[in-house]
Amino acid sequence: MEALYHWCRRLYDDTAINYTICYDPFDRARMAHGILTTIELAATCLVFSVIIGVVGAWLQGSRFVWTKRIVQGYIQFFRNTPPLVQLYFFYFALGNLMPRSTNAYGFQEPMLDNFDWAVIALSFFAGAFNVEIFRSGIEAVPTATVEAAEALGYSRLKAYMHIVLPLAFRVALPALNNNLVNLIKTTTIAYAIAVPEMLYVSNQIWSDNVNVPEMMIFLLLAYVGLVALLVWGMHRWEHAMRIPGYGGGT
Amino acid sequence: MCKRLWKTSLLAFLTAATGLVAIASHADAVDDIKKRGKLIVGSKADYKPYGFRDSSGKIVGIEPDLAAHLAKKLGVKLELVPVVSSNRMQFLQQGKIDVLLATMSITSDRRKVVWILDPAYYSSGTNILAPKKANFTKWEDLRGKPVCGIQGAFYNKKTAEVYGAEIVAFKSTPEVYTALKQGRCVGFVYDDSSIMGTLADKADWADYEMPLPTIDETPWGMAVRFNEYRLYGMVSEEIQKWHGNGTILEEEKKWGVKNTPFAEEMHNKYPEWH
Repeated sequence: MEALYHWCRRLYDDTAINYTICYDPFDRARMAHGILTTIELAATCLVFSVIIGVVGAWLQGSRFVWTKRIVQGYIQFFRNTPPLVQLYFFYFALGNLMPRSTNAYGFQEPMLDNFDWAVIALSFFAGAFNVEIFRSGIEAVPTATVEAAEALGYSRLKAYMHIVLPLAFRVALPALNNNLVNLIKTTTIAYAIAVPEMLYVSNQIWSDNVNVPEMMIFLLLAYVGLVALLVWGMHRWEHAMRIPGYGGGT
Repeated sequence: MCKRLWKTSLLAFLTAATGLVAIASHADAVDDIKKRGKLIVGSKADYKPYGFRDSSGKIVGIEPDLAAHLAKKLGVKLELVPVVSSNRMQFLQQGKIDVLLATMSITSDRRKVVWILDPAYYSSGTNILAPKKANFTKWEDLRGKPVCGIQGAFYNKKTAEVYGAEIVAFKSTPEVYTALKQGRCVGFVYDDSSIMGTLADKADWADYEMPLPTIDETPWGMAVRFNEYRLYGMVSEEIQKWHGNGTILEEEKKWGVKNTPFAEEMHNKYPEWH
């Protein structure tokens, strides 16, 4: 590792290509922390948004008019407003209404911090799209299949969990894939409320060292890598879940 | 084709990295400004009292006043473009502005990217704005605590690296003031000159103070693109004049800032303009 640090330093001296995240221990530590924060934020939002999608799609098929209306209202609200605006709204407007607790320094602090709000805002944002994605999957399940389940004595919830959802999932997976890739990229807006993720850290580093092009290139490659990882995982999953003659192409 | 693309992108990257971007061959900036009939200056719009928006939304303050002097000297109209710390030098490099006049502290790294004018027109140090009840007395008191900052400010790193504070940095000051008042951070690390301007607003900030010794007194520099010799010479002479004839001292008085030792010292340094 020492050799690599040394090489980066040499690179800067010889060519003015300045990667402080490689040779400067402080910048290296904050970038490592930034990458971890991005992964943590993305992973948490991924899980919550899928849960919201599954539950929301189930509620959408409810017999009660008001349940359907509430889900529809939620989808419209989150799909029709920009995620950055939602984030500001959650953090600065709603965040201030939260009950306050006294923190370790004797300050009155609102209950949820900026990371929590980023998770909430982004999960609900991506979740709204996931509801519609799962709905499209559910509608692709033939009514005959659902009726067959009912004839066998399945309740609505049981039929949803054991029959409809597993089939719907396979149909919805490519679209879900798309939305989750988008979600990973959208985590960058969390820097607006000072969540120290990759873009936030890069921004601070290039302000300190004036190495904008270098950091931009690093950021792009880092996101290509992260998204590639997700896509690879999703494809593996898609493949593992394949049932002959049902979606997934070949 | 692919090979050429690679070569071009590598070349573009190298040029950008060495800070030679966007100064390609065009006529002298002074000619451009005169032909255009207006001088475009990048200034802060969230930095009271140096550059901020008044109730009508117009950008006013010490720096817009100085920019107006410059435009008058060139005999053209003035256009102010609001910039923030993290994009101001890029705006200048890309030619979106002719002159950068935006509370920029001079650092050696910045001198490599834009042409910073001598002499410095102003100076400030670093301090924090904190609630009185926090009772901070020394910088070490900030260790492990969340401290608000502005994205792109150079002292964020030092506050984190040397004094161990956890920097929570936002895009501009309104967000920071909101976060500070909501108790999301224990203080706001910023230029002492701006903090004094904020504290002058007694109604809003009565329970706050600037408790620490000011550190890192650093001069502020205006900047132009590299090799704009005529513009550089002209602006540089203007700065000397502002110091000598007391323009800077008057501006401080006009906007409610106590005359700083730096401004007084510079005033005495250029007696030929008295």
